Amino acid sequence: MTAADIPAAVGRRALGLLATLGHAACFFADLAASLPASLRRPYLTVVQVHAVGGRSLIIIGASGAAVGLVLALQGYLTLSRYGSAGSLGLLVALALVRELGPVLTALLFAGRAGTSLTAEIGLMKAGEQLVAMEMMAVDPRVRVLAPRFMAGIVSMPLLGSVFSAVGILAAYVVGVMLIGIDSGQFWSAMQDGVDVFKDVGNGVVKTLVFGVVTTFIALYVGYESQPTPEGVALATTRTVVISSLSVLFLDFILTALMFSAP
Amino acid sequence: MSPESKSTVDATHDALVSIQGVSFGYDARPILSDVSLDFPRGKLVAIMGSSGCGKTTLLRLIGGVVRPTSGRILFSGAPVDPGDRHALYALRRRMGMLFQFGALFTDLSVFDNVAFPLREHSDLGEAMIRDIVLMKLDAVGLRGAAALGIGAISGGMARRVALARAIALDPEIIMYDEPFTGLDPIALGITANLIRRLNDATGATSLIVSHDVPECFQICNYAYLLAGGHVVGKGTPAELQASEDPMVRQFIRGEPDGPVRFQYPAPPIAQELGLGA
Repeated sequence: MTAADIPAAVGRRALGLLATLGHAACFFADLAASLPASLRRPYLTVVQVHAVGGRSLIIIGASGAAVGLVLALQGYLTLSRYGSAGSLGLLVALALVRELGPVLTALLFAGRAGTSLTAEIGLMKAGEQLVAMEMMAVDPRVRVLAPRFMAGIVSMPLLGSVFSAVGILAAYVVGVMLIGIDSGQFWSAMQDGVDVFKDVGNGVVKTLVFGVVTTFIALYVGYESQPTPEGVALATTRTVVISSLSVLFLDFILTALMFSAP
Repeated sequence: MSPESKSTVDATHDALVSIQGVSFGYDARPILSDVSLDFPRGKLVAIMGSSGCGKTTLLRLIGGVVRPTSGRILFSGAPVDPGDRHALYALRRRMGMLFQFGALFTDLSVFDNVAFPLREHSDLGEAMIRDIVLMKLDAVGLRGAAALGIGAISGGMARRVALARAIALDPEIIMYDEPFTGLDPIALGITANLIRRLNDATGATSLIVSHDVPECFQICNYAYLLAGGHVVGKGTPAELQASEDPMVRQFIRGEPDGPVRFQYPAPPIAQELGLGA
């Protein structure tokens, strides 16, 4: 490759990226337009809520507990230096509800449910199930993709809430039951410092946005995967990488929009 | 309607599907070049040719999965237009397709696979759907396997379940993509017999894409032979077997070399190995 070829190669990659983004935007519009039709058969969505949400509960709950335990320990060590150990409940709640709950839930969701969705759609494509559905005059976007998309959007805020709730309970176990912080102080600091709309509400909005993004990426990457074993393997890897990076960068943007105002 | 297009429709009046001057290619690679075929109503027509000659592409063109680069496809006189999704889906409800490996939905049972198109496209109650599904499964000899999962049935059985699903809505045309590939002799005989019996019993037009000459000739009324993106032979099985055309002869007799070369085009081997002039 000569020096003159480099700008051309960069240009080609840039054009390719723009084409992919444009295609993804059209796919998103199609998928969103398919949602009302899929809602006429809620049973399909309920089954998927169980598959992507219900089956993620254990990993979400266990992770929430682990994060709550560590957060309580580290928080107590730092706060006690300044004589503020009584604010442990507030620290843990804000950290979980505002940031750690939504972000870690989204990352775990991308790894657990996102990869599962991508592999399932990719294998359906490889097995000609999607084209068979098309040939039966059944739109796979309405029958297969839209219920899964809706299930992801519904499940993520619920999973995020479970993560934060379990984390706070785990922090209570460490802070109150093991270390000996006053139980009333633990809860009252939390009640005083956590705003239902600004903190909890924004946290739920974050999980909702992450639910849309991670589920869409999983479905899009699976639907566009090469119908080969290598193609499906590559697609599942892509889902984790793209979803994780999207969640982390989106979190920064959302935090700046939600919490930067005085 | 212009006089020219009217005469075309008149000429293909008895053809359920008419492919007129169709060309198609993937990227720069041409697959079909100016191909014209007619599939008469109620007949069993085979499209034969070596692997990669565009047989399956023809089925996808008829089903509107892909769009021809030129030419047109008529289904019962109406153009197949992949751009008009509503009209295309209305056409597809009149078609049944058997995919090469069945393309069964692996998360559903045998029963639910066959019931799938009925539940999607009809307002029938579950009791009626049950009766229809059991009748379709009985027609392919698998009524007893209704409760099994897809993972529990063999490849030949999967093909028959897919066939039951393809005929669930009593289509006007049934398209079979390589129905004999990978089957043991018993399953192969069962499948060939089923295709012929279903064609006779339902009166549907049947279109088989295959490279299995003896099985196709045994059951079809008419056959087209494709090679290099063109139709190189057509006629009844007897006519094709009597053909002196070198290409037709090579395919039907399975000769390793002939107009279709054994070697993929390449520079001389001496040149490749650097052995000099």
